[in-house]
Amino acid sequence: MFSEIQNQLFNSHIISVSQFNRSMLETLIDMTARMKRNVISNALSGKIIGSCFMEPSTRTRLSFDVAIKRLGGQVIGFDNSISTSSQKGETLSDSIQVIASYVDAIVLRHPNEGAAYLASKLSKVPIINAGDGANQHPTQTLLDLFSIYESQKKIDGLTIVCVGDLKYGRTVHSLICALSCFKIHFVFVAPEALHLPINIREDLDKQGISYEIQNNLEAAVPQADIFYMTRIQQERLDEIEYKYITLKYLFQAEMLKYAKPTMKILHPLPRLNEIEVAVDNTPFAYYFQQASNGMYARMALLTVLLNKQVDWS
Amino acid sequence: MTDATKTKIQQVEAICHGTVIDHIPAGQGLKILQHLQLLGAKTRITVGFNLPSRLMELKDLIKIESRLFTKKEADKLAIFAPNATINIIHNYQVLQKDQMKLPKYIEGIFSCLNLNCITHKEPVLSEFKLVKNDQSTCLTCIYCESRFAQDLWDKI
Repeated sequence: MFSEIQNQLFNSHIISVSQFNRSMLETLIDMTARMKRNVISNALSGKIIGSCFMEPSTRTRLSFDVAIKRLGGQVIGFDNSISTSSQKGETLSDSIQVIASYVDAIVLRHPNEGAAYLASKLSKVPIINAGDGANQHPTQTLLDLFSIYESQKKIDGLTIVCVGDLKYGRTVHSLICALSCFKIHFVFVAPEALHLPINIREDLDKQGISYEIQNNLEAAVPQADIFYMTRIQQERLDEIEYKYITLKYLFQAEMLKYAKPTMKILHPLPRLNEIEVAVDNTPFAYYFQQASNGMYARMALLTVLLNKQVDWS
Repeated sequence: MTDATKTKIQQVEAICHGTVIDHIPAGQGLKILQHLQLLGAKTRITVGFNLPSRLMELKDLIKIESRLFTKKEADKLAIFAPNATINIIHNYQVLQKDQMKLPKYIEGIFSCLNLNCITHKEPVLSEFKLVKNDQSTCLTCIYCESRFAQDLWDKI
């Protein structure tokens, strides 16, 4: 797929999707595909990675842990802040400087937005943002992007329909940012109260990226190559509004009769009421493959971050 | 003081040496005093609020005796009054007149409006990128990436 392959990411911090250019994203997609073809690698042999999760996580933490181990590396760390010195009042700034002196890279999840950037200013080893509050979760975007490529064999020229909480959803904002490096047509389907923020629409306008806004999910089905469903958070809406919206924006199996045969449905998970369970056993459902790609995408990222010379064969 | 100078600076008492910030949008003068922490210093300050202005209809004006601004202070000032002018006064004469220029980056001037931003929890100065659009200025927190329109800051 990609001709230009170079390791621009060696020893860098991974904080935000906005730091990636198209070439970097293509490199990571290629590397992820390579990891998926052959999961045995010693790219992290002799390396120790700090897995610092200051708030709960299931998929991200486990997939990072298993990615490190599959690459021959070792993991130290914690999966909540209760057993750390932050309970004694130690600042993140101090913790990071100490941990960075022990390990070769730090995977950081933190409840406050901007924590990963702060850590990157203080750490002498690469920081990988595994989620900073409601702000960024770049490795989720990498696995989403790879899943789109894997399922469609291309990214340029696709029509991608984003559904659900487009106002507050961090995964969809980051994905839109990454996909803006490619030639995409977006369709945004959301209730009025949860539509894409004006500043993101302005960014798309500035970049000349085509998009349309709809409020009817079913009407968007025939043109879609990818449906990217997001979770609508109940706390954003009152109870009656939530029930109405989850019914209106539920992807139902019967809608699939209008879909292109190659269309795939993605969801960052956990799923609540966005996709009918009957969709799961159809060839259109891709969300569980997407979740499994998390491990390969993180293996690819760790490999290029910690190896100046990478075997691209 | 010459007659010409008296005529020119007549709405607020003249100063001998120091800085005059002119053409401040009406209503911003007090914010500038607060954010530049001018009131805490022992310098003599005279201010004029809602003064008639040929260019702006109404303006605020601040005169600070025996005090020149640093580049950082001038950057702060530019956020609140991007079209203001800074006049350096020596012996009642305008020695130098500078037009404000909006900086591309500011540090430690505002707290981030996102209360969950890490800058509220850690011993660090806030940092913002400034992007000027056709109509307004947008501030983006370097840490949490939250974006704020200028009018939001003006309400603080």
